[in-house]
Amino acid sequence: MMEKSRRRFLKIAGISALGLGAKPVLDVFASSEEDVVVEAPVQEGAPHVTETEAHHAATEPRIMRSPNAKVAPQWAMVIDTRKIQSHSDVEPMIEACHKIHNVPHMPDKKHEIKWIWETEFKHAFPNLASEYMAKRVEHLGLPVLCNHCENPPCVRVCPTKATFKNSQGIVMMDYHRCIGCRFCMAACPYGARSFNFFDPKPHIEEENKKFPTRMRGVVEKCNFCAERLAVGQKPACVEASNGIMAFGNLHDPNSEVREIIHSNYTIRRKQNLGTRPAVYYII
Amino acid sequence: MPNKGQKLYDKDKVIAGLVIFVILATFPFWFNLGKAASAPELELTEKAKAAEKCVRDTQYMRDEHMQLLDEWRDTVVRDAKRIYVNERNVGYDMSLSNTCLDCHSNKAEFCDRCHDYTSVNPYCWDCHIDNPKEAK
Repeated sequence: MMEKSRRRFLKIAGISALGLGAKPVLDVFASSEEDVVVEAPVQEGAPHVTETEAHHAATEPRIMRSPNAKVAPQWAMVIDTRKIQSHSDVEPMIEACHKIHNVPHMPDKKHEIKWIWETEFKHAFPNLASEYMAKRVEHLGLPVLCNHCENPPCVRVCPTKATFKNSQGIVMMDYHRCIGCRFCMAACPYGARSFNFFDPKPHIEEENKKFPTRMRGVVEKCNFCAERLAVGQKPACVEASNGIMAFGNLHDPNSEVREIIHSNYTIRRKQNLGTRPAVYYII
Repeated sequence: MPNKGQKLYDKDKVIAGLVIFVILATFPFWFNLGKAASAPELELTEKAKAAEKCVRDTQYMRDEHMQLLDEWRDTVVRDAKRIYVNERNVGYDMSLSNTCLDCHSNKAEFCDRCHDYTSVNPYCWDCHIDNPKEAK
């Protein structure tokens, strides 16, 4: 009698345990089916809508790109340094960029913030510079900026995905996510990134209200004027360059930049590192 | 047995102590009785009044503007999509500074009142420039 009831008890306990174990598995299946139903329209490029909104709204709110937006899978730039005569040719590009992007002018060189700046050939192309060089090139100030590499090392090392390669091939910064670890600065072979050691706001001469500033403790850099491309404008430096810079879709063989790259000999900064920079120079 | 008809020793001290304890423990409740801050009154700028309708209806904006802004910042920064078309089929530039704060340019009377009342401290304004007209 005792033996029998104990056996029965164990049987029931075993079946119950099996049932309890199976429930989470079934739940997973059930929820994954639901997910597919909700996510399907999003994948088709349809609006991001939550369920509650869908019930209330006549037409569902949706998010889209401006019809004027310039779109390319990889933006690129060609800088024709033959057209640069002096510092005064490069200055307007730097000025235009730093002004619209609220780039601060830090008093101490150690804390300098720069999106685009001027440097000599031997610094821009250390692996190509020779002891004896063409006089024109030797001390010419070249404009340098983030190369928006096709294989960006900064993106690889960012622990928070604050810096990432966007759908336009732009290496973007999401300042909301940057924790200021500066791995990206160590990874970038071009020194294109600057760190805000201090609050940049007091050092912005003339604030552009249309563009946000940054805060202390984030890394910043050139964004290839993503905000201007989104409304159909060319980057500010290109507009201010007086024809020195050309900008376009690198993957389109008929684009302006590709035409120039085809008909001229161009070089890229430190391309032996395999970062595949998207800024080309004609020397 | 000690349990029967047990005597409470030092009755006066114990009860006085208990009374003091209860008063102290409930002090915050009765001290603040009737002093509850009333829900803040928001002021709309002339521009906001003239526009009449916000990006979404008032109740939605009141309840969920933070989720909306969160979605906006992610899609703008990460997906490079900057236009929000609402249920009335009106498109807006998804920009805190250029769209929201353009109408609601009175941060102190609009944003801050509720944020102070609910004791939240969003850091949007660390970077996104608040009211361009109000010199700070």
